Amino acid sequence: MSSRRSRSRQSGVSRISDEQIADLVSKLQQLIPEMRNRSSDKVSASKVLQETCNYIRNLHREVDDLSDRLSALLASTDTDSDQAAIIRSLLM
Amino acid sequence: MASSVISNPVTNSDRSRESSKRKKKKKNQIQSQVRDQQNQNHTKWKSQVQQQLYSSKLLQALRQVRLGSSNETPRRGRAVREAADRALAVAAKGRTRWSRAILTNRLKLKFMKHKRQRVTVTGQNRSKKPKVSILRLKGKNLPAVQRKVRVLGRLVPGCRKLPLPDILEEATDYIAALEMQVRAMTALTELLSGAGAGAGTTSSNSPADTLRSSRPPTS
Repeated sequence: MSSRRSRSRQSGVSRISDEQIADLVSKLQQLIPEMRNRSSDKVSASKVLQETCNYIRNLHREVDDLSDRLSALLASTDTDSDQAAIIRSLLM
Repeated sequence: MASSVISNPVTNSDRSRESSKRKKKKKNQIQSQVRDQQNQNHTKWKSQVQQQLYSSKLLQALRQVRLGSSNETPRRGRAVREAADRALAVAAKGRTRWSRAILTNRLKLKFMKHKRQRVTVTGQNRSKKPKVSILRLKGKNLPAVQRKVRVLGRLVPGCRKLPLPDILEEATDYIAALEMQVRAMTALTELLSGAGAGAGTTSSNSPADTLRSSRPPTS
């Protein structure tokens, strides 16, 4: 207790405790679908962070794929089909 | 005289104890308020209303992309991705660092286009310097954990120089926002590509399910 108080007097800006970090890491664990069901005692922080990075990279890749598909759809609207009508009604 | 000198330290320590109690209470209050707001933010990204708001903002942004797009595929896809990220950052209403970083990065790039080479060179020099840890931790001093948090800080926009707990907080909000972005763009793509494309696979699944099925099983 006294050590924490003296540390906080030194830093003065952000008082980080182990409990806070463990809390944040467990919150991250709940967000990642693969790790949601594992008990938080058996999972190391390092593993959670690794899975978080992988998950964010996957989400980025998913968004890039969707962007490419959307851009292709938007560019190919020179026909008189129903899709062209939908796109026109949404975007113009 | 002697009695007043003796009594003073007692009152001083009482006062300091009371003020430190008050400071602790206020800090706890602020912390719980911040935590409540964070919880609200997480559920906010899952709501249907938020997704509809994002979709309409995205459509507005795509309208502008359409008007000025070239026909080269990588540039087109990149333009749509940037529009989607910008719309996502606007939907966050500026309460998180990553959203502000996305919006300010656009301005920086516009003004610094001709200086881009110089910027990347200094970026490399900066990464060669040893990274001094400014975190005062007890048990999480493992280099593996700190290294991974740095990697995470590079993935989330605007979080490269933040201390560890801030990076973790930004990441939790960013992940929820990205999931909503994927849901909204998937719905929009299916709507635009007609009924044939969405046959049987992704219409009702969450983006997490599609991601899980596409990744190889980890041990």
